[in-house]
Amino acid sequence: MRFTLFHEFGLYGTLLYQALRSSLESTTYRMNLFQEFVKIGYESIPIILLTGVFTGAVMTIQTAYQLGNAFIASSIIGSIVTQSLLIELSAVISSLVLAGKVGARIATELGTMRVSEQIDALESMGLNSVNFLVVPRILAGMLMFPVLYVVAAATGLTGGLLTGVLTDTLPAFEFMKGARLFFFPWDVLFGMIKSIVFGFIITSISCYKGYYATGGAEGVGQSTTQATVLSCMYILVADFVLASLLL
Amino acid sequence: MSNTSTSLDSPHAPPRASSQAPSRAKDTSTLEPLITVRGLSKSFGPTLVWEDVNMDVYKGETLAVIGRSGCGKSVLLKHFNALLKPTTGDVLMDGVNIFDLDYVALRQIRQRFGILFQGGALFDSITTFENIAFPLRVFTDLTEAEIRDRVMQALERVSLAHAAERSTAELSGGMRKRVGLARAIILNPEVLMYDEPTSGLDPQTSDEINDLILSLSETLQVTSIVITHDMHSVLKIADRVAFLHDQALHWLGTVEQLKQSQDGPLRSFVRASEYAIA
Repeated sequence: MRFTLFHEFGLYGTLLYQALRSSLESTTYRMNLFQEFVKIGYESIPIILLTGVFTGAVMTIQTAYQLGNAFIASSIIGSIVTQSLLIELSAVISSLVLAGKVGARIATELGTMRVSEQIDALESMGLNSVNFLVVPRILAGMLMFPVLYVVAAATGLTGGLLTGVLTDTLPAFEFMKGARLFFFPWDVLFGMIKSIVFGFIITSISCYKGYYATGGAEGVGQSTTQATVLSCMYILVADFVLASLLL
Repeated sequence: MSNTSTSLDSPHAPPRASSQAPSRAKDTSTLEPLITVRGLSKSFGPTLVWEDVNMDVYKGETLAVIGRSGCGKSVLLKHFNALLKPTTGDVLMDGVNIFDLDYVALRQIRQRFGILFQGGALFDSITTFENIAFPLRVFTDLTEAEIRDRVMQALERVSLAHAAERSTAELSGGMRKRVGLARAIILNPEVLMYDEPTSGLDPQTSDEINDLILSLSETLQVTSIVITHDMHSVLKIADRVAFLHDQALHWLGTVEQLKQSQDGPLRSFVRASEYAIA
């Protein structure tokens, strides 16, 4: 068990080292970079919009419910919703959702390429498969996740504001007043830093699991499951570490 | 491998052309070894695949590697261009151990090989045309018109010019192998390696693939290494045969020697293939 864990970390570290070194030596990764921007970024926007709107909506309803009997100005609901979304929920919930969408897609794609010898075919042509397959996915993940975080935060705030108005819980101006009251630019920066780290975690773990997949369809299935589960676990761990270090 | 041995049934008997029957066997005494395998052993963890494999592959010949399923034929193939690294031993190409090379030098060695993988290993996100054009786009500065010409020539060579724009998912097993072959030859390799080129195909399609391998060997003057357990293919296309058995290179000789061999495991393997070799 302990050996397996060391072996896994060793392989993961080696893959990351190869990715870093090859990105300095070769530019073939650029051939896939735009495509990954589209797949990770553009194609994730619908699910991020949905996640963002509902997260903001639920936050407004629950915060209003929790503060219902307290003698606190109702604009505070807007403050709590805004800060929660910017510091925590927009980054974490959207990343957990993307672990399922982006992580599973990457692990399945690379796993299938591995077991059907497509990665061997790339290597046999003289192409560095890590540079060609892994580097663009990790790079696109780290660059696109902050953008998706901003989209999630914006739609979350919109969802929270609209829910307050539509349920007659909180007028729009009260929500905006509260949001502005405790708005700190650092919160947005912190959320973006988190989403860069989460983007790296999801794409690198999924690339690792897919790249080293073995055993046909069943092996690819296992790799995909492990990639998704491990990504979610390490997102939560990284969330704690980043909060401890940066807040 | 002992090149001084004269015993017909000794492991690694020297290749000789037969004077008794028409044969494709080349007189290797006049040929230079292109690839030299020395003391090669491979294990995956505690599992030994084979050990102490010694052989030469000569320029221009077609070497068939045969053996039961799971004996490590494909594993051996992947050592010829360092897709896998051995536990011990060397593979020399032009006298240089390919496992000692840095990535840039190894890339140059790998580009001297073309491989037809068992399932074709076609990239399933792009069309047939793009699969074959891929190495040209990555490794050459050809214009789009030149790439189109080269790809169409390669497709015509494998009789698939009509399938250029098809998705690889629409191709049959035999077509996938032929597209894989077209991609393997697109950079004009010196060595063509085939991993089970006829497995999973009907006899007629298998024969077409065999004819294609023969035709490519002759027209492109390439060295060919064919992994197979299809004895019909071996008899049709090979100059020499290497037999992997019992975690070792058990036997190496010409096709004529194979026909006359009384070696127990080899005869048993050949007999099981239901071909009367006399």
